[in-house]
Amino acid sequence: MAKNTNSSAPGHSQTADKTSAQAKATPEWADGLRKLYDSVVEEPLPDSFMDLLSKLDEPQDGDQA
Amino acid sequence: MSKRERSAAEKADFKRELTEVVPHLRAFARGLCGRPDMADDLVQETMLKAWAAQDRFEPGTSMRAWTFVILRNAYLTDMRRNKFRGEYDEGVAERILTAPASQEEPIHLSDMHRALLTLPPERREALLLVGAGGFSYEEAANICDCAIGTIKSRVGRARSALNAMLEEGNIPQRSGDDATAHRAILEELDAVAAGNGHGATS
Repeated sequence: MAKNTNSSAPGHSQTADKTSAQAKATPEWADGLRKLYDSVVEEPLPDSFMDLLSKLDEPQDGDQA
Repeated sequence: MSKRERSAAEKADFKRELTEVVPHLRAFARGLCGRPDMADDLVQETMLKAWAAQDRFEPGTSMRAWTFVILRNAYLTDMRRNKFRGEYDEGVAERILTAPASQEEPIHLSDMHRALLTLPPERREALLLVGAGGFSYEEAANICDCAIGTIKSRVGRARSALNAMLEEGNIPQRSGDDATAHRAILEELDAVAAGNGHGATS
């Protein structure tokens, strides 16, 4: 039993078969759009970002050289 | 300078939340401007601005939505200053065309991205927010500072344009088409940015 309906993308569940009209209007590329986004979200963060984040903490109250 | 000093704990909370949304900022920026290096510059600019403006962040609200507003404004400003102009047609087309495409996908992500980049920025961002970022129409409207109906219409137009390109295989191939698209983008952007307060063109 329970042959599942369709692939459920992680993070973006629901709304698949909310209305059949909507589902019908959802082209196959719609999934690609999410994948495009998710693929970047899942990339490891480059060091430059960690560096920047760690620098945010340093006090920089104006009169620091 | 700052109105109210945030406590160390508040700053720590803010920083943690900011850190959590950085991957999303990168994804949004990449979708907006195409070039990974420029997108990352944009994200770093956004992070600095967000940090500087943290007093204006209301704890408990969506950090992702809040920072997306900052990123979007930074993008529009950069676009207006022509930061992306000139490098667009060569750079973007090159990178996207050489990006490895997954063979399993009926539609290659590189095609997807290329098609996305031909959309006017308003529609592109609307589609990114709703279709990729998973924001509701209402949230997207807040981020873009416009009416829900406007977002719906932009998403609808973006979808039809992508349908035409992806389902019918009518994807702009390279520099020439991209340059045309880019000119259209810049023209439309002028209209967008004009409504966003005036930045002096340098």
